[in-house]
Amino acid sequence: MLLGQMVSGLFEAFKLIIEGDPEIYTIIFLSLRVSGIALFIATAAGVPLGAWLGLTGFPGRRLVVALVYTGMGLPPVVVGLVVFMLLSTTGPLGSLGWLFKVPGMILAQSIIALPIVAGLTMSAVGGVNKNVKQQLVALGASPAQVRWATLSEARMGVIAAVLAGFGRIVAEVGAVMLVGGNIQYRTRVLTTAIVLETRKGNFGMALALGIILLIISFFVNAAVLRLHRKELGES
Amino acid sequence: MSAVYKLEGVKHNYDGRTVIDIGHLEILEGEIFGIIGPSGAGKSTLLRLLNFLEPPRQGVIRYRGTAYSAGNMPSLDVMREITTVLQKPALLSTTVFNNVVYPLRIRHKRPDPQKVALMLQRVGLTKLGHVRASSLSGGEAQRVALARALIFNPRVLLLDEPTANLDPANIAVIERLVREFREETKMTVIVVTHNVFQARRLCDRVMLLHEGACVEVNDARRFFESPKHALSRAFLSGEVIF
Ligand SMILES: Nc1ncnc2c1ncn2[C@@H]1O[C@H](COP(=O)(O)OP(=O)(O)OP(=O)(O)O)[C@@H](O)[C@H]1O
Ligand SMILES: [Mg+2]
Repeated sequence: MLLGQMVSGLFEAFKLIIEGDPEIYTIIFLSLRVSGIALFIATAAGVPLGAWLGLTGFPGRRLVVALVYTGMGLPPVVVGLVVFMLLSTTGPLGSLGWLFKVPGMILAQSIIALPIVAGLTMSAVGGVNKNVKQQLVALGASPAQVRWATLSEARMGVIAAVLAGFGRIVAEVGAVMLVGGNIQYRTRVLTTAIVLETRKGNFGMALALGIILLIISFFVNAAVLRLHRKELGES
Repeated sequence: MSAVYKLEGVKHNYDGRTVIDIGHLEILEGEIFGIIGPSGAGKSTLLRLLNFLEPPRQGVIRYRGTAYSAGNMPSLDVMREITTVLQKPALLSTTVFNNVVYPLRIRHKRPDPQKVALMLQRVGLTKLGHVRASSLSGGEAQRVALARALIFNPRVLLLDEPTANLDPANIAVIERLVREFREETKMTVIVVTHNVFQARRLCDRVMLLHEGACVEVNDARRFFESPKHALSRAFLSGEVIF
């Protein structure tokens, strides 16, 4: 029975994808837009933060690092809850009117991605061989030039950090569900649509969306792996 | 010849363990000075101190007349006269060409393509300019590291085991280049080597370092033909002295 449902669901999924159901495309586009903009924000803040943490020592660094590591494991649904409370009409950011709207979803996903991008950037930068840094100084590099070259040596790891952040937010459901509200054509993204269609028993639609999400995740993770392998091959 | 370096009471320690303890040492302008000694003697540490990569815990390192110490390290301009080729060639993950011109770029000098091409030719890497450094063999990487150190005409060149793990042909190329560049630019070369034959071929003067202390400094010929110190004799005869 279950197997039969899955098989017919798969057939329907491929049919929907091939026929190009307009709602599916709206959902895919919104998913990529929300997660893409959130990633852009997280990258703009997280790469400099991670580089700074990886390159310099300052009092209190350990505390910041501990916070970043904690943030990397934040459950999206908790972030969603906090952002929901901030954006609700009685919350401190309620006047923005972002709840159940795209900007609210972007805010929540930025918060989820930021520590991932920052933490992995920090590891990549911190992982650059000490020998290389010493050699740069011996070649006459100023402290700023050493920092710049170190960041450039870590570039593959930094790109991998950004991609990992994207992989995480495009697949998360808790935060966009709470903050976006899963409104058709407005805030419905791949993950929330899957939840809804599954509940309604529309396994074909749910599977079609799931396959698309898998394909996106697959390409992002394949790219991350490729970069890591390249980095290992080069060091 | 005047002294490039004068070390006075230089001590260095790691985790409370004395690694360098040199009461007095002079290294002369334009000479090839060899440092030999058993593993762990402190040879690499001494090179780091001479390149001012680390401040000495105690004592004074006089470089071209100016005294430097823990609280008073040289400026970037002075640092840029001295360079080290580390034992493990640390190349940047970019092309051979970009590695070789790196010291020029950080000095805000435009690399002269002809000069760079000549340098690549001299180290036998003409065809490898656009190859990624990560794909080089050990000997090729070592020659890139040497070319990168020579491209900006340093006043002092420190070499840490420049030919360890290399085949005889690569060893000969590197020794010849060091000799040629010393003649052309009158730079001072300080070379750490395990290989006593290399020290004999290459150096004007040689020092035996043992447990961080200078056991004997002598003209290369005299050092190898009639070493004064019992430890030098033991080291040269291949005995284990550590
Ligand atoms: N960064 C460091 N921290 C702690 N100890 C160190 C450090 N660098 C070197 N040492 C110690 O200092 C001593 C001298 O090391 P050094 O690398 O200068 O020896 P070396 O003569 O170059 O030996 P080798 O011929 O094996 O290269 C060693 O006992 C080493 O363990
Ligand atoms: Mg050494």
